[in-house]
Amino acid sequence: MPKRSKPTAISMSTPTPSQFRTNADLRLLQRTMAAALMQPLTRKDGLQASTQVDFITPNDRMSGFERLEIYALQYWFRLLDCLYDDYPALRALLGERRFHRLCRDYLAQHPSTSWTLRNLGSALPAFITEMKARDVARVEWAQTLAFDEALKKPLRIDDLLGSDPSTLHLGLQPCVVLLQIDHAVDHFITAMKKADADVRGSASQAMSEAPTRARLAKAPKLKRERVHLAVNRHDNILYFKRLAPEAFAMLAALRDGLTLADAIEVALAEATPDTDWPAQIRDWFTEFSQLGWFTKFPHKT
Amino acid sequence: MAAVSHWKFCTYLKLELMPANAFNGHTDLGIGLGLRVPHYRHILEKKPVCDWFEIISENFMVDGGRPLEVLDSILEQYRVVQHGVAMYFGNADPLNRDHLKKLKRLVKRTNTPWLSDHLCWGSVDGRCSHDLLPMPYTMSVAKHTAEKIRQARDFLEVPICVENVSSYAEFTQNEMTEWEFLNEVVERADCGILLDVNNIYVSSQNHGFDPFEYLRAVPHHRVGQIHIAGHTRLDHVILDTHDHPVPDPVWELYATAIQNSGSTATLLEWDDKIPSFDDVHAEALKANRYLHEHTHA
Repeated sequence: MPKRSKPTAISMSTPTPSQFRTNADLRLLQRTMAAALMQPLTRKDGLQASTQVDFITPNDRMSGFERLEIYALQYWFRLLDCLYDDYPALRALLGERRFHRLCRDYLAQHPSTSWTLRNLGSALPAFITEMKARDVARVEWAQTLAFDEALKKPLRIDDLLGSDPSTLHLGLQPCVVLLQIDHAVDHFITAMKKADADVRGSASQAMSEAPTRARLAKAPKLKRERVHLAVNRHDNILYFKRLAPEAFAMLAALRDGLTLADAIEVALAEATPDTDWPAQIRDWFTEFSQLGWFTKFPHKT
Repeated sequence: MAAVSHWKFCTYLKLELMPANAFNGHTDLGIGLGLRVPHYRHILEKKPVCDWFEIISENFMVDGGRPLEVLDSILEQYRVVQHGVAMYFGNADPLNRDHLKKLKRLVKRTNTPWLSDHLCWGSVDGRCSHDLLPMPYTMSVAKHTAEKIRQARDFLEVPICVENVSSYAEFTQNEMTEWEFLNEVVERADCGILLDVNNIYVSSQNHGFDPFEYLRAVPHHRVGQIHIAGHTRLDHVILDTHDHPVPDPVWELYATAIQNSGSTATLLEWDDKIPSFDDVHAEALKANRYLHEHTHA
């Protein structure tokens, strides 16, 4: 994702250059127009009356204000549609009005800084303060990542035989996203999916294919529950897999660069002794390897 | 320039203009369709006959998952041409290197014979509108835009065609017409044109110019591809919605464009309220009538 540029304060009354001599003149015009388009719409979905429009030529049917307003409406409706498409469960949880207000507030503070709309909702989970809604948003953003992140060549269990755990680093597939949440969002989304097939059959990749706003699904009950979740993709279908806390801790530690020995130590730091942990860890490795979750650790240069 | 001289010579002698040119990789593609999600299953299962598909590059500039798997399957069966929506040659900002690198990776994957994007701007100071915003038509902006097209082509190592966009507003600073601006840009960049005849029609209605004057002024030898599409007429403005069949006025412009530039690779855009694959394909194949008329003439 490109680095976010330092926001530039643009006065809506900054005069645009009457003639273009330099690239700075072009930049000033583009800043002025972008500021006009990206400012929040009025409550009646219109362009703010105070908007500077002296750089737009009127025609015999429309004023400069009305012509600019077309672009402002296109901007807001396109981006709102994208969030509607990417966060259907959050929308169901909050209801139409609260979700719409949340999206408008979010976009006003987080205009898109990426060339792809896929990344538009990346900061939405952190933007939400209410815990239940934030957990739902975190899982839905994880689904977007799991949908089209890379699937690297998986390591098989045989590839690990003979390795020294104290020096062995393992990578986790980029399309496997680990989440610790305080609500049963996986059950919530699964129940929604059963009730309404429109809920995320695929994640957003629509640049030209603007999503239509599907009927608001009736939200099932979202229970409070500590869940360690892996959102992952297999054969291009998204899955939720609940993990034991120790397995979650081990995978997260491996993902973060710890050696296998250290990851196991972290995972079992608070484990009760009534489990045969060596056997349990072998079972996890067999299972996760079969799922293709392990890959070479991405050593950064 | 040699290419211009050749074209003028052909025009003078009323020779058949060749649709294959340097701007479309010397290919001779016929009528294509935009590859859209609702048609994936039909295409992969039925493998319908279709000359070529145009993909939105940005939809496939990802690291994995279904988009790339579908693309690879399509590439096994069909010719694919890339069409972008986020290069923004008209931005005051420099080209986005991250975007270009990912685009180049996709170019290598698809082996696209040419690549197109729009003559527009869309972001400033890193903030992106995700729209195709109109350019101010001035000489200094034309020079700036042409230079960025050259930079992109040099980096991507593939011919580039720029597409005229639909617009709903014009700037008070404009010094020339849209077609004069287009000509300045493509001549300075020495690039091709993706001539969208629907966009010409939409803009002509919104701004009150003669679309046929636009077509006459376009450097025909630079047209590497043509877009056709439908639109939506409101009370005071026409919107470029790509959600209808191609209306008659657009077909008339298309016929003239084919007369001017020869049997050029043609692509139907249908992006909203998308009917079945067969319906969209049937609409696109109506272009054959004009292509055959031109060939027989």
